[in-house]
Amino acid sequence: MIDWFAMLVGGSLFLFMVPLLYRIWVGPTAYDRILAVNVIGTKTAVLLVVIGALFDRVHMFVDFAIAYALLNFLASVVVSRYLNRTAAERNVEEKTKGARA
Amino acid sequence: MLKKKRKEQERKMKDSSFIPVLAETMTSSLNDLNIIQIFGFLLGVLGLIFFLGAAVGMLRFPDFYTRMHAAGKGDSMSTMLMLSGLGLVTMEDYSLGSWLVFVKIMGIVLFIYLTSPTSTHVLMKAAFEDNHMPLDEKDLKKAKGKKK
Repeated sequence: MIDWFAMLVGGSLFLFMVPLLYRIWVGPTAYDRILAVNVIGTKTAVLLVVIGALFDRVHMFVDFAIAYALLNFLASVVVSRYLNRTAAERNVEEKTKGARA
Repeated sequence: MLKKKRKEQERKMKDSSFIPVLAETMTSSLNDLNIIQIFGFLLGVLGLIFFLGAAVGMLRFPDFYTRMHAAGKGDSMSTMLMLSGLGLVTMEDYSLGSWLVFVKIMGIVLFIYLTSPTSTHVLMKAAFEDNHMPLDEKDLKKAKGKKK
């Protein structure tokens, strides 16, 4: 019964990731893409626990899931800080150009 | 306990035909379920419903900020629900090892409770300072005019 539950949750997770992949592929701005990547990364941590439940090795896969959640959070924060800084630099450049003209 | 039961089930599968054995294992495993596992199943299915909402919102909403509204809430809530459901379901016996696994899973839940809103906030701030304005009524009217 645990196997059935894990198969249900894992298959539905894969199925519901398809719209997020569409958003990564099409997404008008870079921020949409980062948002979708962030959601998929969080769900991958859940998927690791599901795989552990399927293989009867939850005690091992839980540690992978912790590491993956940490890395995912770091990646999303770092990319948004990077985009924030480049946007601020662009604003400063535009202001200086306007002042010269 | 569970491994012994599985070996017996495998023996039964080898001995006789497939479908009655499948029915028998299903009923026996339904009888074996305790209330905590049923609660875990319910939590997991509820989390799947929340994640379906987040996915549909990411697909259908017109604007970055509205998409972020769907993704941020649905993602963190569904992750927390599904992880706690899985933690309850995988509690086989109440030994020290299974308690350790449960505590680790609840640690992931706590971590996501803290970090998912944080990353959503940082991303929203980055988009807003990039002069990326939300939709207003004029934009919606323009979109309607284009469709007609």
